[in-house]
Amino acid sequence: MDAIVAERLTKCFNGLKAVDSVTFRVREGEIFGLLGPNGAGKTTLLKMLATLLKPTSGSARVCGYDVVSDADEVRRRIGVVFQEPTLDIKLTAFENLDFHARMYGMGKEERRRRIREVLRLVGLEDKADVLVENFSGGMQRRLEIARGLLHSPEVLFLDEPTLGLDVQTRKSIWEYIKERNEEEGVTVVVTTHYMEEAEFLCDRVAIMDFGKVIAAGTPESLKASCGSAVITIAVDGSAQSRSRNQDGVAEAERLAAILSELEFVEEAGVRGCGRGRGSVVEVNVRGSGETCIPELVLAAAKAGIGIKSLSFRKPTLEDVFLKLTGREIRDEGEGGFKDFVRWTHVLWHRRRR
Amino acid sequence: MKTKLADVINPSAIYTLWLRETIRFFRLRSRVLGSLGMPLFFLAFLALLPVEPSSVHGLRYIDFLAPGIIGMTLLFSSTFAGLSVIWDKEFGFLREIMVAPVSRVSIILGRIAGGMTTSMFQGILMLLAAFPMGFRIRGLPSGGEATTLAILIGVLLSVLFMILISATFIGMGVAFASKLKDMSGYSLVMNFLVFPIFFLSGALFPLDDFPRWMRMLAYADPLTYGVDALRRCLVGVGEFPLLLDFAALALSGAVTVWLGAYLFERAEG
Repeated sequence: MDAIVAERLTKCFNGLKAVDSVTFRVREGEIFGLLGPNGAGKTTLLKMLATLLKPTSGSARVCGYDVVSDADEVRRRIGVVFQEPTLDIKLTAFENLDFHARMYGMGKEERRRRIREVLRLVGLEDKADVLVENFSGGMQRRLEIARGLLHSPEVLFLDEPTLGLDVQTRKSIWEYIKERNEEEGVTVVVTTHYMEEAEFLCDRVAIMDFGKVIAAGTPESLKASCGSAVITIAVDGSAQSRSRNQDGVAEAERLAAILSELEFVEEAGVRGCGRGRGSVVEVNVRGSGETCIPELVLAAAKAGIGIKSLSFRKPTLEDVFLKLTGREIRDEGEGGFKDFVRWTHVLWHRRRR
Repeated sequence: MKTKLADVINPSAIYTLWLRETIRFFRLRSRVLGSLGMPLFFLAFLALLPVEPSSVHGLRYIDFLAPGIIGMTLLFSSTFAGLSVIWDKEFGFLREIMVAPVSRVSIILGRIAGGMTTSMFQGILMLLAAFPMGFRIRGLPSGGEATTLAILIGVLLSVLFMILISATFIGMGVAFASKLKDMSGYSLVMNFLVFPIFFLSGALFPLDDFPRWMRMLAYADPLTYGVDALRRCLVGVGEFPLLLDFAALALSGAVTVWLGAYLFERAEG
């Protein structure tokens, strides 16, 4: 049976479509990722599945129950860890968990046993009687995850579970989620805009952008759509005609056009990033990536284009997103100019629909 | 769809919410002290005014004032308890409550039970604080001597009225909290609603002294009946029959609690 079935799920806020006719299924026992940039509609989608927002149209079933008409049945079977903290900081860790356990109707013995269990799992057993306001961000996060699992839910929703955490804490939380999934068989739905997170954790991923799911599948199959390897070539524009072709943009474009013709090349294009903007060519290749390199170099030499450097890597989900949308998934810090540009873009896009 | 009563009214969830509220309340002792400060100073300083007994139903002013100040304490602490929904919204804990498999009715009942406990506690503390300032309970039957039985009945009845006053204003607080997005609306409610309710209630001086239009407003103020009932129960003097006080407060309590529950239910988390 499928743990989650969403059909043409839509949510509008003041006429803007935050989630736009999304259809997908999550199988029982898998870790399913919703990957996308900020503002893609992941959190709104998750809130609808967790019965906190009513869909504008479309429907969703969680554990076989409708999220609108059977909201209480759904709530009984899910655990939710929100993006923002939702702990009572004036209570101790134990009191927070005890509150949760009581709200879910757990008996006294079961409460004690499970609270001890989950506290040990997240390594907070000696902090049970400490007020949560004295916890660090990572400790609070761990406590929230422990709480989400306390009542042994069938589906656990995690909204950006490692947002703002340091690398070590993030790693340990990933491993912890994986363990819970493997040992207790809990289905996990996780939203994230970290590709590494989606790649490390998820059995399957749906990539979201502007409220829509634009691709779905296992991380491997999604990455395979970008070929077997990504080769980045920095073009040396200084060799000739520097005065005419600043930074060798034209050279790079010429090279991309030539390489696109090669039969083992999936796609080749000029990529801009930072100061080297325009003089870098990215090539997605099929087959064994390493063996392609000599041929690429040869083709460049034949055309008389100098190569400054060349690097080789496996494709990531970032490449998938880039290929599908022409943009990068990473957010460049909040409130910056790029964010502003992105948001005007978001609004413009949605108004047009 | 089948709905059982146990699904709508869930005693263990109500108890859980009540428990949390009381734990928090007694943990934040400075808040208790702080919230009692204002009514305490009102009582201490106003009681010094040279008010003729003839102008306050033939009572010493402290005896007239103390029930009013207890009403004030209940008004402020209950409204605050209701508005604490906003705190939970700001600190995110409301989400944890909203996503639990507990009906909205039980959530609101738990909150009201918790708020009632804490504001009753403050009201009774205020009552006790009035004694050293010269306040004396005379019990229910007006005039005459204060018999032990009269005092006992008076105190028990006043507790009942304290409950009704609390319910009314917690309901009001929850209704506003469901509509307000953050704490910035809080002072607006406090200054433009709670203070007028207090001044109009006849807690500080008898309604007879009000101009006619103000009396009309006072009759629409639930606290007027609350203060009147407390005065009747504790010192044996009041303007309205006790039954009218009870009916008015029961009605206002039912209305605000229903309104609070209705608006809370409709608010999306």
